[in-house]
Amino acid sequence: MEKRELTCIGCPMGCLVTVEIDDNGEVVGVTGNTCKIGDTYGREEVTNPTRIVTSTVIIEGAEKTRLPVKTASSIPKSAIFDVMDVINHAHATAPVKIGDVVIADVCGTGVDVVATRAI
Amino acid sequence: MKAYDIVIVGGGPAGLAAAVAAKRAGNDSILILERDHELGGILNQCIHNGFGLHTFKEELTGPEYASRYIEQVIELGIDYKLNTMVMDISQDKVVTAMNREDGMFTIPAKAVILAMGCRERPRGALNIPGYRPAGIYSAGTAQRLVNIEGYMPGKEVVILGSGDIGLIMARRMTFEGANVKCVAELLPFSGGLKRNIVQCLDDYGIPLLLSHTVVDIEGRERVEAVTIAEVDENLKPIPGTEKRYTCDTLMLSTGLIPENELSRSAGVEMSPITSGPLVNESFETSIPGVFACGNVLHVHDLVDYVSEEADKAGEHAAAYVAADGALAEGGEEVKVVAEGGARYTVPTTVNVERLGDSLTIRFRVSGVFTGSYVNVYLDDERISHKKKRIMAPGEMEQVVIPKSKLAEHADLKTITVKVESE
Repeated sequence: MEKRELTCIGCPMGCLVTVEIDDNGEVVGVTGNTCKIGDTYGREEVTNPTRIVTSTVIIEGAEKTRLPVKTASSIPKSAIFDVMDVINHAHATAPVKIGDVVIADVCGTGVDVVATRAI
Repeated sequence: MKAYDIVIVGGGPAGLAAAVAAKRAGNDSILILERDHELGGILNQCIHNGFGLHTFKEELTGPEYASRYIEQVIELGIDYKLNTMVMDISQDKVVTAMNREDGMFTIPAKAVILAMGCRERPRGALNIPGYRPAGIYSAGTAQRLVNIEGYMPGKEVVILGSGDIGLIMARRMTFEGANVKCVAELLPFSGGLKRNIVQCLDDYGIPLLLSHTVVDIEGRERVEAVTIAEVDENLKPIPGTEKRYTCDTLMLSTGLIPENELSRSAGVEMSPITSGPLVNESFETSIPGVFACGNVLHVHDLVDYVSEEADKAGEHAAAYVAADGALAEGGEEVKVVAEGGARYTVPTTVNVERLGDSLTIRFRVSGVFTGSYVNVYLDDERISHKKKRIMAPGEMEQVVIPKSKLAEHADLKTITVKVESE
């Protein structure tokens, strides 16, 4: 049995949520939340925390030197720094449109890194 | 120089939304003046996500959010001038500006929309003792260096102030391999959004030291260390609590100040609390035909609200021009007052006749309030009584009053927004 303490980000209330996890990694209880949002947040955060990562890559053939990018959807939190490493070694070449794939299937997450600006 | 009906000062989120709204409201003579070399304002460097949840019902990054408006400005054929600095706005709405191509020029306008945004509070305004070495940046400057120019400002970072830009930069610097040692906040609560504290600090184990401040900066050429001390209830450092942090970079995220030099010299009446112009329900300042929106009016935490307010300012500016300035006439002026824990309101006056379906009043609270009520009074009658589980200075609040409620209250003089314990 493990207890994890989290701050819910569902609303400005910022409830201190305690999530109880059994030895198989199953959530057995969420306490401290004052609404349903906290319950959902707590469960997802301990079983499969995900984040969208935003950064920049070097762009060539343009006046600008950096192209802002993001992961097209959420990636596992544990993969963030591996993804950042790949992003930091990537190059793009102008012209680029918003949504163009800069890195396909980054780190085997199944998620593309896409441009967030036209350059 | 050609005359325009509506001149918009600033091509950031507020100016862009105002221009689009004015054009859609039927005005064909609009000019945006922008001092940077591109439209979009600060959004261009805010590459993180979280924008547009209210406006577009999806989560966008700053550049994506800006591009939605820039595309509309271009599609609608709205004129804009880049690299252009506005020098003066006169009482009779003649705008003086300059750029490299046209030199100094004047544009007579029928309406002016102030959308100049805000600036960061610099070190000089904080009275931090110590040397003045390289390595001290405002968080927004650091954000520009990293996200636009592609430079790393430093490797070992201490952040003073827990404003949203500082929190976002704590995560950004961590992503790029820097060691962010802590965020120190003078006040007993953060000035940033709760979700940013969790997503940008807690996620990466960066401590947030509330009631702490920087009391010394070491290093002659480059920052070498800072000393942080706890402060008492009078915000004075407590002797004996000092702790030294070695670092090469100190970032400041200690507040934003609306950039109102032009508004002041034009003679617009200002609010001492927001440092922005006083406006009515139409976002019109004390000078008829001069409107204000976005961070120049009051500092926002959500760009969505900026767009919404700018939208109204643009619409009303177009209506003002169409009516040849007749909007200023007719209807009684009702005062809007902030009391209790509410620090200010936008707007501060309302002409009920000119409202659409409802009146939105936005405000901020003076401290952290748990289980308090937001009460709205029309003169002495309480018409709204809403319990809020928590309110904090970092999150803008709002109340919406239907126009019908205001219209049925005979001889209305004052609308009061009050944060009370019951």
